[in-house]
Amino acid sequence: MTENRFVNRSELIGILLLAAFLVVILPLCLDVFRLNLVAKYLTYAFVALGLVVCWGYCGILSLGQGVFFGLGGYCMAMFLKLEASSVENTKIQSTPGIPDFMDWNQITALPAFWQPFHSLTFTVFAIILVPGLFAFIIGAAMFKRRVGGTYFAIITQAVAAILTILIVGQQGYTGGINGMTDLRTLKGWDIRPDHAKIVLYFFEVGLLFVCIFIAQFIRHSKLGRILVAMREKEDRVRFSGYSVANFKIFAFCVAAMFAAVGGAMFALNVGFMSPSFVGIVPSIEMVIYTAVGGRLSILGAICGTLLVNFAKTSLSESFPELWLFGLGGLFITVVLAFPNGLAGIWTDYVAPRIAGLFTSRKSKSGDGWAEKPVADGAPAE
Amino acid sequence: MFGDYSIGDLGSIFVMQGFAGLILFSVYVLMALGLAIIFGQMGVINMAHGEFMILGAYVTWMTSNFFQAYLPGLFAGYFFLAMILAFIASGALGMLVEWALIRHLYKRPLDTLLATWGLSLILQQAYRSIFGAREVGVELPQWMLGSLHVSDSIEVPINGIFVMALTVLITIAVAYVMYLSRWGRQVRAVVQNRIMAGAVGINTEKVDRYTFALGCGIAGVAGSAFTMIGSTGPTSGQLYIVDTFLVVVFGGAASLLGTIASAFSISQTQSTLEFFLSGSMAKVLTLLAVVGILMLRPQGLFALKVRK
Repeated sequence: MTENRFVNRSELIGILLLAAFLVVILPLCLDVFRLNLVAKYLTYAFVALGLVVCWGYCGILSLGQGVFFGLGGYCMAMFLKLEASSVENTKIQSTPGIPDFMDWNQITALPAFWQPFHSLTFTVFAIILVPGLFAFIIGAAMFKRRVGGTYFAIITQAVAAILTILIVGQQGYTGGINGMTDLRTLKGWDIRPDHAKIVLYFFEVGLLFVCIFIAQFIRHSKLGRILVAMREKEDRVRFSGYSVANFKIFAFCVAAMFAAVGGAMFALNVGFMSPSFVGIVPSIEMVIYTAVGGRLSILGAICGTLLVNFAKTSLSESFPELWLFGLGGLFITVVLAFPNGLAGIWTDYVAPRIAGLFTSRKSKSGDGWAEKPVADGAPAE
Repeated sequence: MFGDYSIGDLGSIFVMQGFAGLILFSVYVLMALGLAIIFGQMGVINMAHGEFMILGAYVTWMTSNFFQAYLPGLFAGYFFLAMILAFIASGALGMLVEWALIRHLYKRPLDTLLATWGLSLILQQAYRSIFGAREVGVELPQWMLGSLHVSDSIEVPINGIFVMALTVLITIAVAYVMYLSRWGRQVRAVVQNRIMAGAVGINTEKVDRYTFALGCGIAGVAGSAFTMIGSTGPTSGQLYIVDTFLVVVFGGAASLLGTIASAFSISQTQSTLEFFLSGSMAKVLTLLAVVGILMLRPQGLFALKVRK
């Protein structure tokens, strides 16, 4: 096994297959409406990717990824909303030039924290840095005090609850429960017609691969091995002189930034952003995607996200009653029987067969996507 | 924010809001007691706890309908039977869940969280399919309606007093079971050292199962009490689950006293703030304060033992 290359052969094949699937097959097979749906699913794949880094490698289960998804999404949506609320678009309002929901809530001037979002450059930085900073604050406060495991999960969940209530409550500043709707143009370029959807789709796939390569790099660097070591035996890593807290903060921040990119792409692709993508339920659903796909596998998590969402759309269209039973059952099954998700099934059952078909020279598929069963791997604090 | 009220008004406001907070406190304590047993003692994160509570609420609702239809003469006392039935129903479901699901996951606490979340989705949909998506409310017997006049500006509802009395009774019962009974000693022994407890002849698997069932049963009773003050829908339980976890964590997971103290402080803060600010801001500030304090003092208010 080569240690320092940041992608090994089977991973490279997997990434190329995924790229072919996303870039060639899907756009050829699907109409624009379905392709836009895929684009929506892929925004969750960013979150799932972040969860692989933070939960799979490092063992930190965050139930608040919706917070970062939402922060990224809202940053993007604020910029788009401001552009959509130009003075001539909103001249029927009592105060033209401010977003419609502010006008409905008797706000007469743009609040100060909205002002910088007139600039696209600032917005792009804000999408990455606001959630990153927020994650840093939460992470630093928690991990420096050696809070982890279940406590951390509960606290992040509470943060998700707080942010949702705050967004819903501060209707005049955030659009409330309806969120920010009616987003139209990005720097004058209309994001609503079909050709724009296609361009956005390819842009999003490109970004996803950038994130995949960052995750791959982390995974195969020394850093990645420290993260895994921390997951397995935190104390030993600490006794070896590493600052465990800093590494955890790093993993958590990376996950948050990935989620934020996803959120921003969501606002662009879907054309609105609302608190129903911030709270506890969506946050846990994002964890479900990762768990189903495989928490240790970058490609697995992305496939899991796509599959669960496809199932969700098709099942909830035709059998809305069955969907929650299915989702709940799927989740229990995955957790009980396949802790490594689809990727685990692949490396444990399918890959050895395939390897056996081709050659008997290779002894074992040890360099697969997932490294080993996680049965007792998740830190039990 | 105090400017517009006189001192007397403020006094009444604090008493009335304090009382409203006490009712919230009762619900928190009843829910958190079950959770404190399951999470604090066993280390299992039961995200379906709210759904066990709602099961108790639906059982109460069915019992009240049954009494109304067939035994109207005994309607005044239906609640006591309903509570027992709620305990049994939720406890039995808890036992089943422990056997089918939880016992495979004791070594993976984070995974219990995910699995029980799946369970809660299934239960919610089951309630929706069986009882319908609309919220249901129980008919209260005559003696629980109305309120007591304490002074001109202070009134306390009787059902609230009843729920609080119930909370006190159940808390005492749980404290007795956990700290004074033989079975409670076994539970604590298993928690402290599973292997040694097994070595001295305690059937640890059985203790686990009954502990989980007890926690769920108490959740059922909480749901039963909950019907006295609010209506029940398939997703009502989810609204309380995060709050309840915060109550338990804030109190210090393994401490019964801490759970009560934290439920008291959280509910009082929230209901007092609710009068002066909007409901959502009150909740945000309360939760923020709790999260902030937890960041400074992660082991909670009353930590018996510093976390591992």
